[in-house]
Amino acid sequence: MARSVTPQRKALNTAAAWAIGLLIFFPILWTIITSFKTEAQAISDPPVFLFFDWTLENYGAVMERSNYGRFLWNSIIIAGGSTLLGVIIAVPAAWSMAFVPSNRTKDILLWMLSTKMLPAVGVLYPMYLIFIKFGLLDSRTGLVIVLMLINLPIIVWMLYTYFREIPGEILEAARMDGATLKSEIIYILTPMAIPGIASTMLLNFILAWNEAFWTLNLTAAKAAPLTAFIASYSSPEGLFYAKLSAASTIAIAPILILGWFSQKQLVRGLTFGAVK
Amino acid sequence: MSLRNALGAATALSLIAAGGVFAETLTIATVNNGDMIRMQGLTADFTEKTGHEVEWVTLEENVLRQRVTTDITTKGGSFDIMTIGMYETPIWGKNGWLVPLDDLSAEYDAADILPAMAGGLSYEGTLFAAPFYGESSMVMYRTDLMQAAGMEMPKAPTWEFIRDAAAAMTDREKEINGICLRGKAGWGEGGAFITAMSNSFGARWFDMEWNAQFDTEAWANTLNFYKDMMDASGPSGYATNGFNENLSLFNQGKCGMWIDATVAASFVTGKDSTVADHVGFALAPDNGLGKRSNWLWAWALAIPAGTQKEAAAKQFIEWATGTGYIELVAANEGWANVPPGARTSLYENPDYQKVPFAQMTLDSILSADPNNSTVEESPYVGVQFAAIPEFAGIATDVSQEFSAAYAGQQTVEEALAKAQALTNDAMEAAGYK
Amino acid sequence: MATKASRSAARVMMAPAVILLLGWMLVPLTMTLWFSFRKYLPLRGGDLGGAGFDNYLRFVSSSAFWPSVITTLLIVGSVLVITVCLGILLAMLLDQPMWGQGVVRILVIAPFFVMPTVSALVWKNIFMDPNNGLFAHLWRFFGADPVSWMSAASMPSIILIVSWQWLPFATLILLTAIQSLDGEQLEAAEMDGAPHLKRFWYIVLPHLSRAITIVILIQTIFLLSIFAEIFVTTGGAFGTKTLTYLIFQRVLESQNVGLGSAGGVYAIILANIVAIFLMRIVGKNLDA
Repeated sequence: MARSVTPQRKALNTAAAWAIGLLIFFPILWTIITSFKTEAQAISDPPVFLFFDWTLENYGAVMERSNYGRFLWNSIIIAGGSTLLGVIIAVPAAWSMAFVPSNRTKDILLWMLSTKMLPAVGVLYPMYLIFIKFGLLDSRTGLVIVLMLINLPIIVWMLYTYFREIPGEILEAARMDGATLKSEIIYILTPMAIPGIASTMLLNFILAWNEAFWTLNLTAAKAAPLTAFIASYSSPEGLFYAKLSAASTIAIAPILILGWFSQKQLVRGLTFGAVK
Repeated sequence: MSLRNALGAATALSLIAAGGVFAETLTIATVNNGDMIRMQGLTADFTEKTGHEVEWVTLEENVLRQRVTTDITTKGGSFDIMTIGMYETPIWGKNGWLVPLDDLSAEYDAADILPAMAGGLSYEGTLFAAPFYGESSMVMYRTDLMQAAGMEMPKAPTWEFIRDAAAAMTDREKEINGICLRGKAGWGEGGAFITAMSNSFGARWFDMEWNAQFDTEAWANTLNFYKDMMDASGPSGYATNGFNENLSLFNQGKCGMWIDATVAASFVTGKDSTVADHVGFALAPDNGLGKRSNWLWAWALAIPAGTQKEAAAKQFIEWATGTGYIELVAANEGWANVPPGARTSLYENPDYQKVPFAQMTLDSILSADPNNSTVEESPYVGVQFAAIPEFAGIATDVSQEFSAAYAGQQTVEEALAKAQALTNDAMEAAGYK
Repeated sequence: MATKASRSAARVMMAPAVILLLGWMLVPLTMTLWFSFRKYLPLRGGDLGGAGFDNYLRFVSSSAFWPSVITTLLIVGSVLVITVCLGILLAMLLDQPMWGQGVVRILVIAPFFVMPTVSALVWKNIFMDPNNGLFAHLWRFFGADPVSWMSAASMPSIILIVSWQWLPFATLILLTAIQSLDGEQLEAAEMDGAPHLKRFWYIVLPHLSRAITIVILIQTIFLLSIFAEIFVTTGGAFGTKTLTYLIFQRVLESQNVGLGSAGGVYAIILANIVAIFLMRIVGKNLDA
């Protein structure tokens, strides 16, 4: 919806938006810059902004101490696995809610969302005991299941809102032509829903990546993702701003990059049926 | 018994000789303190000697505690070795959750462990965790600032002297605070400090019937003295400062004195410190009542009962807490960086005696007695804590009330009244009354 | 419209999700309910027998209970107000023609990708530390005394951190909604000489109502259970103890699972009150 405005107005908009954007982004930028300083520079007063000897020593120290690759890999598997599994289970549910709604559909939907309000720590002991019983402690499988369940309501709901935007007439026309339910889903619905499914997966991947309670409490060495990696840097002895910054930077970098590359998708996708 | 020991030792030796035929992978949970990070870096030496591999789970102290406690109480079996402290060991040992360490090899020489440490890590005479390093607390001060203030630090100062010296050293213009102390909420942070300090003021947590004692004058004196001194001479925001924050302040030259863990001595005289050449040490202050305000703590390695890898885990403990490890660190990083406070022989070593803080550390450790820490008799064991399962929860709540008082959000009287009520409530819930 | 066949097919397709979530809700919930009536102290050997309603009474009678409920509502409420208001303004600004819109949008949504633990650590240490934080440097530069953020301004600090994390989410959704606003309608209003404020009030805001509802609903779900931000920054001191955090303390620090479970049941009740309240609003808007 491009509106024509005077160049002055456009310049003003640009200046204001950039200023606010940089302000919001500044904490991340500052963390990244700090990660290239020495510990002494990191706390120097007045702070040094760009003109210092950039060093990689903090990254070296962090890499030497922790097996970053394994934490990263676990994060990818857990976030990816739970997202994939969640979408596979949610697509049929969302489909049936959107196209064969009953008078209880909305109740079911709202009930699903309300399961997300259980305080996690209240069920830590029960969950821990269940995990021991099924041998799931410190396993990626266990975390994939738990994170899938945590985010399933959001996935179902998002998909539901997308599916509802697909005009029913198209489906009816297809049915008239004798399309089966299966081919209806595969050939008509899925192509139309792909942008919605993609942004649902994206959002869910981010949520799973950042989940820090279960991923920390149900893992030890083998399945620990980046949230556990960060937990070993939060308060070491002595000066640690630069090393903390380095650890933080590499913990958020993958998801930040993914998010940036797919931001158009995310912007288009995060509608929850809000557009109309 | 001795036969079994001998057999055990022989088996262990043959395992070593076999060069990892029975190689295991040990999962070890530990805290992210400097000495443990160093140990992590030296793991290769252990693997080389025994063939066992090690997987480290390094966590920040609070996260570590919740993680290992959940695992031990549910018998989760996630870890083969856990790093725990003097608070947990006797409680867990009593519950039979830990493997007794009474059959360590003769080479390891368990009798060499400092008696104060061994005592705090045992339950009914059985050792359940081997100390990796031990600590007490003491005064660390800036010799240059002390001189400039025209004062001289005695070997065993009183609280009055500390307060006066702090006032004399404070120079807000130059960002120098006379004294830095822990005020951060948490039983192991500000809670530990104020409890140890209260001992020297004649206060205690409980009387012999487990009644909370925060309504006593001794506690009011402790808190008022602390707050007045810190408001006058402490850094801004001291109510959120813990060990790490104060260490960083001291190293930047922003503290005249700092009363904290003896292990900090190697950091304030180390390479990250800007004041390394001007640090002196003294015993933690007293108040003329017969008790000093220093605590006793050890980070120790313990094996959860039920692990399949007990033999390998014991080998690791012998490696990490034995004299060989100390020599390994000394060879790599110098004597000042070896894990202190665990073994008698370390303090008899002429090389280590040259380290400036060695003697003061030993004296501080020796002057703390967990079994007799308060002026009036108390029913609990522990200097800066009471070794009962409920303590951590209660003391965290109590220290939060104290911190709110330090920050000026409530008065000392209000904080003490709330502490009294919540402690009695929790003790009642736990069935003490 | 739907046939019988498709109806039963629909039920089959919904089954996995419903059954899984039912299990996910019921199993832990049943266990929580069970524990809440037991004297369950892991460090004293586990289950020590029934406790009746003791845990429930003790949890509410504790001096920390009501403050924690208020703190919870205060944090949720403040963050919602801040993110929605700033989100609307930001979305309207970003909707304007400008140079480099794509880049600005990236800058604005970036905080959403940062792990809560990381953002809490970075804010607490690198920015808000009263001695070495960037704010302290800034304050001193202007000759002011540095603020001890985590003690003297604990609640505003936490609200600031959490708002920073959720502002991008609100902005994104509101931006999508604004972009769908009919330009002609606005221009017509402009022609009629309707002032800015009126246009905003009568055209933009009603159009956004649905998106605002969505933002409120989703954020409430996540904000009710924020934990890392408090654990890392104040550890529940200085009046920042939320209900979730209080339960955490009872379960993990006091090792009183029975008491913590009773707290969990209260938290579920609170969440449901909030949920019912929300559903009332959302339900209406979702139908539209």
